Amino acid sequence: MPKKRLSVIDADRCVGCQSCMFACTRRLGFGGVAKSAIHVSSVGGIERGFSVRVCRACRDPPCIHLCPEEALLPRQGGGITLNKDKCTGCKQCLEGCILGAISWDQEENHPIICIYCGYCAQYCPYEVIELQELMADES
Amino acid sequence: MSPDVRLSRVLFIDLSTWSFHTEERPDLFQERLGGAGAAIRLLEEFCPQGADPLGPENPIIFSVGVATALFPLASKCVAMFKSPLTGNLGESHAGGRTAVAIRSAGYGAIVITGKASHPVYLSITKDGVAFRDARALWGTGRSDTAARIIRSKDGTPGTRTILRIGRAGENLVRYASVTSETYRHFGRMGLGAVFGSKKLKAVLISGDNLIEVLDRKKYRELYDRLYDQVTRSPLMQKYHEIGTPVNVKSLSAMGSLPVKNLTEQRLTGSDNLSGEEFARLFLSRRVACSHCPVSCIHIGQIRIPYPNDPYFYKTIPVSYDYELIYALGFMLGVSDPPDVLNLIDIIEQTGLDAMSAGVCAAWATEAMNQGLLDEQMTGGIRLSFGDAKQYLAFFKALAGQKSDFYQNLGKGVSFAASVYGGEEYALAFGKNEMPGYHTGPSAYIGYICGARHSHLDSAGYSVDQKPAEKFPETPEKIADELYEEEAYRQILSSLVVCFFARGLYTREIIQEVLSVCGISMTIEELDALGRSILAEKYRFKIREGFSLEPDSIPLPQRVLELPSGRGIITEEVIRRGVARYKELLEKNV
Repeated sequence: MPKKRLSVIDADRCVGCQSCMFACTRRLGFGGVAKSAIHVSSVGGIERGFSVRVCRACRDPPCIHLCPEEALLPRQGGGITLNKDKCTGCKQCLEGCILGAISWDQEENHPIICIYCGYCAQYCPYEVIELQELMADES
Repeated sequence: MSPDVRLSRVLFIDLSTWSFHTEERPDLFQERLGGAGAAIRLLEEFCPQGADPLGPENPIIFSVGVATALFPLASKCVAMFKSPLTGNLGESHAGGRTAVAIRSAGYGAIVITGKASHPVYLSITKDGVAFRDARALWGTGRSDTAARIIRSKDGTPGTRTILRIGRAGENLVRYASVTSETYRHFGRMGLGAVFGSKKLKAVLISGDNLIEVLDRKKYRELYDRLYDQVTRSPLMQKYHEIGTPVNVKSLSAMGSLPVKNLTEQRLTGSDNLSGEEFARLFLSRRVACSHCPVSCIHIGQIRIPYPNDPYFYKTIPVSYDYELIYALGFMLGVSDPPDVLNLIDIIEQTGLDAMSAGVCAAWATEAMNQGLLDEQMTGGIRLSFGDAKQYLAFFKALAGQKSDFYQNLGKGVSFAASVYGGEEYALAFGKNEMPGYHTGPSAYIGYICGARHSHLDSAGYSVDQKPAEKFPETPEKIADELYEEEAYRQILSSLVVCFFARGLYTREIIQEVLSVCGISMTIEELDALGRSILAEKYRFKIREGFSLEPDSIPLPQRVLELPSGRGIITEEVIRRGVARYKELLEKNV
């Protein structure tokens, strides 16, 4: 199975409806956006458009190096997975991701890590985000 | 089951003592579904009879519904208060991120009473309320400055809402608005003035609570069905593509779009004001309320040169909608789109309600032509239909409230006409300035009888546009249709679902939505609830002095003089429709 990752195709088409954020939390059966790994917010006021923050599935993810507990593990082909049992909730990864692509689960006190399932992309009516296959040279 | 499934928490804030507390009120949400159903109960409980709308005792109530943050297009928040414009029920709805933020902060409703000793803004989270000094924000020229400053200091981007007023609200213009997220408004009935009277500059709410549902599988399945219809069916297409101004062309062609204070049926050059033209020349971005993929908010860009500085420009984004094009374009005889966009921008900057301000300016123009007003009163402004430059100065002065004339006009067009004359063309119903539909008798029966005196109460404009064979045969039957619609809309505005999605949220779908929220209701119970919420609103109105008795309803003769989309409207038809509506309301009170 080729590995996939979520990609922002065109943030300028984003209308800020946050359907993707709601989808990510709904995937787990909840309303609201508390468990969403994708984040949409305005770029200094809605009139200026939106930023869409997703985990890019870095080939050499900096967050892994920041985790003192080895709770973040490299995923084959890029990106990361979380071992919840090892996470102590120190938030080094949250603060260290330059993209701001890691969110925080307040309830369970651990990072929310994108699992690259593409559920959110199914609810973007404007083709802003897309689940893409990693190229051979990427994986 | 987590208490989140059934919304129940109400946050009470007292600005006089800088204190707050919460109460669990599941009844408001389980029996009343939240939104308008909850708000009218809270208004009845917390607004003393005869309260001064601008006094500390007038409560500001924000409420969301059981569908908020769960389903698409359940994206609206209801505000209720005693209106300083009409003196009775104040109710206004807005989108943006307000509804989702309130529910995600853990509240179903927020009640704000009292009056601060100096300007403040509130920062609300699940943990409570911070009272922040807003003295430095009071009196800023543009109301978006305050929002920008607050945004840079407070709350979490993406999961917060910022509600704020402009100078019009600070100066107690009785139809000042409250702006949410730059482009959405609690526009009508003067919530901005109530904010101003409490020295409340802004309210920020942040939250990202998890919301539980009763049946996760059913929730996802129902969501998918609704989402599919929203994004794929033609139900929402018109709001989605051209936006609300899609109606300009057809209404204008029918002679249903009020021109120059309803003195003319057509505006020369009005083709330029169509939604299609705005899109072609100015549309630069479409945006959406939180949890609504429709993106009906259309933003145009205009480039404005600085008159004395060559090669120096500013580019301003302006959100345009049908109602604004009506009130600031057609009503004022302004047919150049950049002029209309400039007028919308000044309305945004000052925090006036566009419809009320436009109608007031149109009345003042005619009154000036008739010699009832002079330039001394207006501070040197000579109003004339089509002269956008004068209107720009006029709206600034109106928001500034520096002279007797502007203070009188700031109390609404009905009040101003009672002082200066011209009542026969002061276009307000129930003291609320008219919206942009001179479609026929149904629209006017709706404006007069609707709880908010809004076209959105019962959509009379839509009844008027029915083909002859489907148009109600008698005025009484018009009233029956409008009443049923207004009662049904109480359910939508309790959930709180955007009226644009009314075709989607059928009674059967609403039942399913409620079942996911742990509420079981039959269709008969739903209908009864709608009628009961409407009856409670009417009861509040009566309590505060409103009446549908024939001699307490002034009917500006102008609406009977100019042919509407359905021809000349007779007073008899309107009176008969109103009498029937009154009967229906009283039957349920």
